[in-house]
Amino acid sequence: MTAQTTFAAEYALELRGIDKRFGAVHANKNIDLKVEKGTIHGIVGENGAGKSTLMNIIYGFYEADKGDIAIDGKVLKIKDSKTAIASGIGMVHQHFMLIQNFTALENVILGAESGELIDDSLDKARTELERLSDEFGLSVPLDKPVEELSVGFQQRIEILKALYRGARILILDEPTGVLTPQESEHLFKVLESLKAQGTTVILITHKLREILAATDNVSIMRRGAMVAHVKTAETSQEDLAELMVGRKVLLEVEKGNSVPADVKLSVRNLMMTDSVGVKRLDNVSFDVRAGEIVGIAGVSGNGQSELLDVLSGITPLGSGSINLNGHTVDPKHPMNPSQVREAGVGHIPEDRHRMGLINSFSAYEAFILGYHRKHEYNGVLQMKHNAIVADCREKMERWDVRPQDPYLKTANFSGGNQQKLVIAREIEQDPDVLLIGQPTRGVDIGAIESIHRRILDMRAAGKAILLVSVELDEIRSLADRILVMFDGTIVGEVPGDKADERTLGLMMANIVPDEIKALQAEETA
Amino acid sequence: MSQHYIPAWITVVVIPLANVAMAAFAAALVFWYLNINPLDALQAMVYGAFGSSYGWGYTLYYMTSYIFTGLAVAVVFQAGMFNIGGEGQAYIGALGVGLVCLGLGGHVPLIVLLPISIIAAFVFGGLWALIPAWLQATRGSHIVITTIMFNFIAASLMNYILINYLKPADTMSVESAVFDPSSWIPKMHEAFALVGISIDRSPLNLSMFWALFVAFAVWVFLWRTRWGYEVRAMGSNPSGARYGGISIPKTVIMIMVIGGGLAGFMALNVVQGEAHQIKLNLVNQIGFTGIAVALMGRNHPLGIVLASLLFGFLTQGGSELQFEYSVDARIVVVLQGLVILFSGALQNMMKHPIERLYLRLASQRKEPSEEHAAEA
Repeated sequence: MTAQTTFAAEYALELRGIDKRFGAVHANKNIDLKVEKGTIHGIVGENGAGKSTLMNIIYGFYEADKGDIAIDGKVLKIKDSKTAIASGIGMVHQHFMLIQNFTALENVILGAESGELIDDSLDKARTELERLSDEFGLSVPLDKPVEELSVGFQQRIEILKALYRGARILILDEPTGVLTPQESEHLFKVLESLKAQGTTVILITHKLREILAATDNVSIMRRGAMVAHVKTAETSQEDLAELMVGRKVLLEVEKGNSVPADVKLSVRNLMMTDSVGVKRLDNVSFDVRAGEIVGIAGVSGNGQSELLDVLSGITPLGSGSINLNGHTVDPKHPMNPSQVREAGVGHIPEDRHRMGLINSFSAYEAFILGYHRKHEYNGVLQMKHNAIVADCREKMERWDVRPQDPYLKTANFSGGNQQKLVIAREIEQDPDVLLIGQPTRGVDIGAIESIHRRILDMRAAGKAILLVSVELDEIRSLADRILVMFDGTIVGEVPGDKADERTLGLMMANIVPDEIKALQAEETA
Repeated sequence: MSQHYIPAWITVVVIPLANVAMAAFAAALVFWYLNINPLDALQAMVYGAFGSSYGWGYTLYYMTSYIFTGLAVAVVFQAGMFNIGGEGQAYIGALGVGLVCLGLGGHVPLIVLLPISIIAAFVFGGLWALIPAWLQATRGSHIVITTIMFNFIAASLMNYILINYLKPADTMSVESAVFDPSSWIPKMHEAFALVGISIDRSPLNLSMFWALFVAFAVWVFLWRTRWGYEVRAMGSNPSGARYGGISIPKTVIMIMVIGGGLAGFMALNVVQGEAHQIKLNLVNQIGFTGIAVALMGRNHPLGIVLASLLFGFLTQGGSELQFEYSVDARIVVVLQGLVILFSGALQNMMKHPIERLYLRLASQRKEPSEEHAAEA
């Protein structure tokens, strides 16, 4: 080890030559990182660039093969997360680690109880938490079960948890993924006040705009290596994107005017209740015309997934009716997913791992999922194996899916190529109506551009497209009209050109601004 | 970037062999404890199982049964479910075979009777699996629990039927009348004698060829038909299957009936091929051993044929061992248990070290091409 080299104390965290391999995968290559005390430091990179591995090494989940970690200038061996916490590192994971039926207070002391009897710990924690809340604007209802709190509050509890354990370096992994723009803004205010009190914040995100808005310095990772460290004030979104991808990227694709024609998808008073009796969709009505993209915006978990499931026939509808490309669906006349496909509806599901792909299948098998009963793929008993493989090979070439190997397991493709597989499969069947959920989730910036272009091509070809996304930028750049969902209902509609972030953000929190109300009144009049 | 690429030959050849080697090592310790030289014991087993056409006959006879009950577990496992009911399904399959042979034996030639008894074995075994399947598909009753319970129900039901309906009045033991010899599946030594080859008399009969054919047919079904595609899709990712328009309840019922039917085929070998009558407890744990065979064979038909051969060897070699060294008959169970322990319960014990070793060797070799791989 290089213990004789000195580590400067002005850095809250310093990494030197961190190297980590998982078998053949070189996840972190000789990483150097210096995080100044009392700053907000952003780390950006595409999926699989090695950000999470690096953070897990700092937090003690993995041990680095090589390299040193120094905290406040002192080299430390972080063997497990206990050591990390003791050295003042706190981490807020992308997926919260809270016990749903515990109160905020109980969650905070979990694992940090001060004695055998819980009451003392709770009292002590309450005073401390009240102090922290006041100081950093992190107020939460301490005595309500976590499951009754919004995600914004849940995230604050995670932050409080870390602070309560004495975190001086706070790592946040994709913290804004589940927040409305207003909640995100509040989070950044909290981070500012933490910084003002001397806490160091490391912010991991793929949203470049947030990096520019919230950080002091940025480090960029690409394919396991640190490629650059820059001052936030001296960079731009375009520069960061180029550093991340390694080439110039277009962040927004040009789209022409839409020429909406006939209504291809029409939803009236749709209701759906889940198996435990919670209303997931409530009185949802809208139309999608041929040649237009209708976007559904909203914080995730407000009924968008359920809407896609009902429209594609996966979940039966409770009441109301749907007209899918001329076929009526209502509780008396349900359609299953294959009938929906036969009616000319393609569905690119939100979660390709859970739905769109079968991970153990080869690419050629994945390419026919949902269409595997079609005549052209089947003989009397056996499937036409050679024809299916040839068909797959040809489509892979046309869609530039790499590697072009029909026999490769779908799990072994990168996220972007998996998504291309799914999108290619659905679009190649030439549907009239296309249901799209989160088309670019977990997809590299470089691939996002081409996926967006394909979606706009479908619009130009006169398809009716319903686009669900939690990425506001994506919705704004693609959709002609935007519907905002909140708690299973449609809060309102915004024309694509009037959709600024503030308006959408308010509507995502179920507040309809006056100018939109006026717009809607005009339309109904 | 968690794409650890392990080639197939590691998974299907090296790891199972390593598991068997571990089991053999543990067995050696057992023999050592019993004051038997492990190498002598191994020699006795190998000679007993493969040293003569008599030994081969028994080994392949057991193999035939294990192929059927192993496939019965494997096809259902491909759909993501665990069929523990092979024991009962085979037993009820035997009822089907027995009824056909008792009813038609002596009235129609074997060439007519055999297709009927094959169908009966499949239908009876399949119907016995249908009830748990239907309960799983429509009510969500877990198939592991229901198939286990159906093994007991099958045993009681067969007791009842044998005692009250099938037992001839003049016998004391609980078994049916012996079938008419014209309904028996020919023995291998009889078939070989026809072409002038003389081999020892053994229970091995022509149903072995049916077993090998069925194993191949199961492969075609799973990997070359749309129904098999749906089964594997559901087994790997049920919500993905539902998205793909695959009906989960229908697939559950279909694959369970097929699984039950495959278990039922075991009766062709044991009842129509060897015992020629329905006996009490004729399945004798072969249904349960099928679970181990399927585990060992990675739920792939070829693997199951090989695993069945291994278990046939253990069964036959083990009983030779018993004669040779007068050890307890349950030594066979101990040996099978060790194989199950190492290739089933502890299969990951060898898996991770071997995979890690392979990846380390591979990454040393492929260092220069890594950039290229990352790009793809």
